Amino acid sequence: MVTYTGADNPPFRLSMLIYDRRYRSLTLQAIVFILVMLAASWLIDNTLRNLSAMGKTLSFDFLFRRAGYDIPQQLIPYNSDDTHLRATVIGLLNTLLVSIMGCIAATILGVIVGVLRLSSNWLIARLMTVYVEIFRNIPLLLWILVCLAIFTEVMPPPNAYRGENPAAEMILFDMIAPTNRYTAIPSIGMTNPPGTISLGREGISWALIAYVVVIAAAWTSWRLLRRWAQRVQDQTGKRPRTWWISLAMFAVPVLFLTWYFGLHLIPPVLRGFNFADGINLDNAFVVLWLALTLYTGAFIAEIVRAGILAVSRGQTEAAFALGLRPRRTMSLVVLPQALRVIVPPLISQYLNLTKNSSLAIAVGYMDLRGTLGGTTLNQTGREMECMVLMMGIYLALSLIISAGMNVFNARVKLKER
Amino acid sequence: MSDTHSETVAYVRETMLPPEPPPLAESGAIKWLRENLFSGPLNIALTFVGLGIVWLVVSTVGPWLSHSVWNAGSMAECRQVIAETWGQGATGACFALIKHRWNQFMFGFYPQALYWRPVLAFGLLFLALAPVLFSESARARRIVLGLSMALTFVIAMVLGAPMAALMGMAVLMLAWAALIETRPQWSLLASLVYPFIAVWLLWGGSLWSEAMVLAGFGLGFVVWRLLAARFGLLAFALAVVAAVAWWLLLAGPLASMLAGVLPLRLRPVSSDQFGGFVLSITIGVAGIALSLPLGVILALARRSDLPVIKLLAVMFIEFIRGVPLITLLFVASLLLNYFLPPGTNFDIILRVIIMVTLFAAAYMAEVIRGGLAALPKGQYEAADALGLDYWKAQRLIVLPQALKISIPGIVSTFIGMFKDTTLVVFVGLFDPLKAMADTIRASFEWKGAYWEPYIFVGAIFFILCFGMSRYSMYLERRLKRDHR
Repeated sequence: MVTYTGADNPPFRLSMLIYDRRYRSLTLQAIVFILVMLAASWLIDNTLRNLSAMGKTLSFDFLFRRAGYDIPQQLIPYNSDDTHLRATVIGLLNTLLVSIMGCIAATILGVIVGVLRLSSNWLIARLMTVYVEIFRNIPLLLWILVCLAIFTEVMPPPNAYRGENPAAEMILFDMIAPTNRYTAIPSIGMTNPPGTISLGREGISWALIAYVVVIAAAWTSWRLLRRWAQRVQDQTGKRPRTWWISLAMFAVPVLFLTWYFGLHLIPPVLRGFNFADGINLDNAFVVLWLALTLYTGAFIAEIVRAGILAVSRGQTEAAFALGLRPRRTMSLVVLPQALRVIVPPLISQYLNLTKNSSLAIAVGYMDLRGTLGGTTLNQTGREMECMVLMMGIYLALSLIISAGMNVFNARVKLKER
Repeated sequence: MSDTHSETVAYVRETMLPPEPPPLAESGAIKWLRENLFSGPLNIALTFVGLGIVWLVVSTVGPWLSHSVWNAGSMAECRQVIAETWGQGATGACFALIKHRWNQFMFGFYPQALYWRPVLAFGLLFLALAPVLFSESARARRIVLGLSMALTFVIAMVLGAPMAALMGMAVLMLAWAALIETRPQWSLLASLVYPFIAVWLLWGGSLWSEAMVLAGFGLGFVVWRLLAARFGLLAFALAVVAAVAWWLLLAGPLASMLAGVLPLRLRPVSSDQFGGFVLSITIGVAGIALSLPLGVILALARRSDLPVIKLLAVMFIEFIRGVPLITLLFVASLLLNYFLPPGTNFDIILRVIIMVTLFAAAYMAEVIRGGLAALPKGQYEAADALGLDYWKAQRLIVLPQALKISIPGIVSTFIGMFKDTTLVVFVGLFDPLKAMADTIRASFEWKGAYWEPYIFVGAIFFILCFGMSRYSMYLERRLKRDHR
């Protein structure tokens, strides 16, 4: 009688670490892990030895010392007596400002161009193709430099706007005056200001809070209204007409608040050598914003075009066959499918724009790299700490944006069974 | 029957009428205009807006471009010529600047007597790429190779290459071309040797140091092939150890010894003499060549079943993709000295190439991962069913298809990286865009030249990047197999 002696379970031998597929993956991972750890500890050891050789220690104390430099554009109060930490925050806010404004403008531009590129109008479609190809195939740095040259070389000095018959004219109903040093735009004024709450040195106007509250309330009630309309439609088959209620819910309180606070625009006026009353935007910001918008807009246009083309014509035809009106076909059938294709690359373009805003270095805009990675680094000589902190902040920003994208992707993912 | 018929019908035409020409509004140019420009109120409005934009651009830029001067020694001379030719107050482009500074645009501060070396390196690039790019049609390949060889030779001659260099160049190129035509498999090996030749040509110095580095790779490969049958995975580790030992211990002394016996030296050129498009193309080509294999490895690692390797790949990719390239370049220029043993100092262009490669590789990995994910699961299962091991399955079944799917993404990563080579100006290298334009404007002759350098550099970047994107479209069409 032959007994089967467990060939399944041979005794462990050392060579099995290499030749047995069950153990080989473990061996491989252990080796890779050890090698990576060795490399990392080698790098860290080198760094520490180099730092001590130069008489430096790793410390972030410098963040709490006096910065001693000025920043032209600041969203929260800052002067040269503030700490490096506050300068960093100012830089971060400037990065966020130009990124957010850039994302908004680039999206608007990109959607318009992407749709127009599919237009049946030959001339417009060609023009948009030319725009997209030119901007996509030339480095962003060149567009920033070109915009900078336009603003420093072509735009008139502020005093060209002076006199009865000025050499330059303000654009957009005398509201915006681009000059070769700054761009004057209107500021927002209130005849009946409600006061501010002060948080340390910053103040938040009650008016802003009132607007936020009112719009949030209107949005909530709009959701409720839509749910109600859906319920009515489910029960009776007829959807009640709600667009004017929704419009009123948003418009009436906002208009009332605007009337109550006496909100109005104060156009910039030339006083002496410079514009006053309005806001004088630093041209570095305007140039960077413009260049980022034009460049990213071309990429977004391609994404939008691809998204629209990705929805097959059969979908529209099927919706028409079911008796949907064109507007509802668009909102219920075409857009949800197109957005699924458009949004992920769109958000990665937003990420690219945020990272590209570090090209502010070319125009001297004081963003995060200009403050923390620029003047602070040069003044304190703490390259290691400044770079680590700066990369950490950029990394955190993009991880937050990617996390948002993952949530969206999970929500719109096709539920396949 | 027919009689009654002929009685009821008074007249029957017996010949066919020639077709009438279509109405004027439904044919030719008018039809095209009506359909494409004036088909409705919205379309008409759009057409006029479009015409307005075209008119605006032409009327602002047109006169400036048409009043361009191509022969002048300085901005003042340019302005004088414009005022003389087109009257006082006329503005015009002064492209004479590009002619005047052409060499600087192309070569930066590269020594003038050695201009033929980057030209030769660039010309050989086409020969090295021949097995990859122009394999489909023999005729296209011969045209491209012949043209690039002839052009390289003529340009090198015009730029004043010494006689010996020209002879060597001709022999090398003809031998390589003959290799490509007669033994295509062997020419792939020559393509692998190309990077070392290019480095030697660009930076100069002794050929033996590059040769010894190459010999290290060769040694590793030989060790792996000899031992693979017996030791499997262990052979690979042994090959790496052998190569590293060779580089660390034997390569240096051997190179200097061989250099003593047979000095194959070119005049060394230091990295700070690089500039202009030579710099951009060097960084760009090196980055492209290195980031693709690295990207493939990272993508495979990220899809791997081994958790440690996957985690490392994810961390690396997300970190690199999360920070701007500028910060990585600053790390290369400011921090790299901290990370290395005290006293090491290595070349700034090499550091930049490493950073640009790592940056592009992380993006490349994501693009290729997309291609891997798009591949039907059946392909992986089929590879397993055939009994292929992991690397054979990847090499023979998975990667060829995945890479084909990801061609558009790969090429747009290449284009992005090539455009990003202009950012090296911020770590003190002499790029053709900002550093060049600043230098030109800082000179006495060309003070006030704002647009001309930008237009010139922009046009060159456009041609190269647009060419790459068109080539990728052609490649997609060529590789399409139309199986669904």
